[in-house]
Amino acid sequence: MNIFVCLKQTAARDSALRVAASGDWVDDADLSHEMNEPDAFALEEALRLKEEHGGEVVAVSAGPARAASTIREALAKGADRGILIEDDAFADSDPLVTARALAAAIAKEPHDLVLTGLQSDDAGFGQVGVILAELLGVPHATIIMQIVASDGGLKVKRELEAGWFQHVEMPLPALLAIQSGINKVRYATLMGIKKAKSKPMARLTPAELGVSLEPAQRILKLYAPQKSKQTVMLEGSPQEQAKQLVEKLRFEARVL
Amino acid sequence: MSVLLIAERGHKMSWEALAAAQQLASALGSEVKAVAIGAGVAEYADELAGAKVAEVLAVDHELLAAYTPDGFTLALAQLIEQEKPAVVLFPHTYQVRDYAPKLATKMGKAFLSDATAMRVEDGRPVFVRQLFQGKMNADVVAEGDGPVFASVQASAYRADAVEKGEAKAPVRAVAVTLDASEIRTKPLEPFQETKGGVDLTAAERIVSVGRGIQGPENLPVAEKLAAALGAEIAGSRPVIDNGWLPLERQVGSSGQVVTPKLYLALGISGAIQHVVGMKGAQTIVAINKDDSAPIFEIADYGIVGDLFEVAPALTEELGKG
Ligand SMILES: Cc1cc2nc3c(=O)[nH]c(=O)nc-3n(C[C@H](O)[C@H](O)[C@H](O)COP(=O)(O)OP(=O)(O)OC[C@H]3O[C@@H](n4cnc5c(N)ncnc54)[C@H](O)[C@@H]3O)c2cc1C
Ligand SMILES: Nc1ncnc2c1ncn2[C@@H]1O[C@H](COP(=O)(O)O)[C@@H](O)[C@H]1O
Repeated sequence: MNIFVCLKQTAARDSALRVAASGDWVDDADLSHEMNEPDAFALEEALRLKEEHGGEVVAVSAGPARAASTIREALAKGADRGILIEDDAFADSDPLVTARALAAAIAKEPHDLVLTGLQSDDAGFGQVGVILAELLGVPHATIIMQIVASDGGLKVKRELEAGWFQHVEMPLPALLAIQSGINKVRYATLMGIKKAKSKPMARLTPAELGVSLEPAQRILKLYAPQKSKQTVMLEGSPQEQAKQLVEKLRFEARVL
Repeated sequence: MSVLLIAERGHKMSWEALAAAQQLASALGSEVKAVAIGAGVAEYADELAGAKVAEVLAVDHELLAAYTPDGFTLALAQLIEQEKPAVVLFPHTYQVRDYAPKLATKMGKAFLSDATAMRVEDGRPVFVRQLFQGKMNADVVAEGDGPVFASVQASAYRADAVEKGEAKAPVRAVAVTLDASEIRTKPLEPFQETKGGVDLTAAERIVSVGRGIQGPENLPVAEKLAAALGAEIAGSRPVIDNGWLPLERQVGSSGQVVTPKLYLALGISGAIQHVVGMKGAQTIVAINKDDSAPIFEIADYGIVGDLFEVAPALTEELGKG
């Protein structure tokens, strides 16, 4: 099976965020970056499918040059090769632009299965996978909690709302957007990290792929949310905070 | 040019999105048309017709009986071609996030997903979206010609704010052509995983742990506090995913929706998918070391601090009686 897994590099989870001078994104300079956490589950699923069915896992990312480190991480965990579609514009591109670039790179090669995460931790569109499926002309399913592949087809378990699930069958090639928690992700071994250095990583540009970076949606302004509810913040040492809280819960909220 | 509201049958969020559609249409000086899509939608169309809408469009086809992204996309693309709306609005349900990006792409447009608010500026709709897990907001617009595709976040608008019509709106059937060969995925019957004994919806008090608890070895910190409060234990998704607590204790859009008298969140950031499951609690307490965590947005009482210091202090304080 030829499996492509789409990995976005995003700001590390606990980053302190500041709005950039441009006003429409965060200041990238003082941030550290890591693999979008949900994508680690998609990568793990790709590696497991390869282990079971054979084939190749290709890690693809559209991003600034720094995104190469996320591809390296995937190679260290067991992906066979990487493709970086490099342009600074992908740091904050809209989902249509991102998906067009990914589609152009993936369409050039034989692909049985394309995996994405469900949502990026920074932009949070929840769209790139579904758009990519449409552009590649393949069927898709999202919020996937289990994949069973058999000859020519897939049976997947899709999460519905409020504790419900559903199985969906489809032919290959197909695209699946993977839900976090589907598996337990592996760590890279020292051996893996060493091996990754000699694995191939192709670098492509949007121009080479013939894709436009013209946005279809645009952020006018990025800002910290305003508080709408009056929250009583309790100060002091943990003991003092605890004492105040118990008092408030007993006599003000009356929930104890 | 209308605001087309694509309603999802039987989903409460459809009414929230309809309220949003009415407000947006009035700001645009336009009207709402509600769409009922599926097989045998007459009853649902009639229900929608009770709201203040110009008309209800019924898209009824046997191949739409079970939801598939192909079926819904192909049917709605035909409808949108015919109606040429200014805006196509959806509730941001799991179903919508599965096909709306495909539909918008098919029509060469952007989809502005999961909006928490909307307004009209210089005649064009501006949507507010959350980024960075709720730590930032952005005002977003679609470029180019309409229609503009957007979806409305859970509980951003109130279902009871839907304006009723003076008389029932007319229902118009819209014919679409679909062929079974165009639908590539085959959905099977929905099912529930075997449920355990806990019904969190009946709990008066809940202590809920998030990823801040770090590991199952630390759960006793929360369990002791729960015992002192007479509370049930619950958790956010990562806690369940990691197997630290069983699935039946998950709170949120994929888990249970709870409305206890007291909801105490320990090390939970307050992502919308969690918040929709607990924001109906009478009193919400958040304990989090990050003062910018979105959970403080909805908390009645907040403590910025290390849960491993604050929770034991609370347990001890409660023990004093
Ligand atoms: C389709 C979909 C469905 C989903 N369904 C659900 C659902 O049903 N339920 C759900 O909960 N989530 C759901 N999610 C996931 C959701 O988006 C969030 O990722 C999740 O709720 C985050 O959980 P958390 O707050 O525990 O973890 P994080 O977001 O990682 O937050 C951990 C928090 O702990 C704090 N912290 C860390 N250490 C300490 C300490 N020592 N003391 C105090 N505070 C500390 C941190 O500051 C941080 O705010 C869903 C997501 C998607 C896309
Ligand atoms: N720039 C990118 N490069 C590679 N994959 C991406 C990129 N952006 C998004 N994706 C994939 O699409 C998923 C959904 O992202 P989003 O639509 O931004 O929420 C992510 O989990 C990734 O798997």
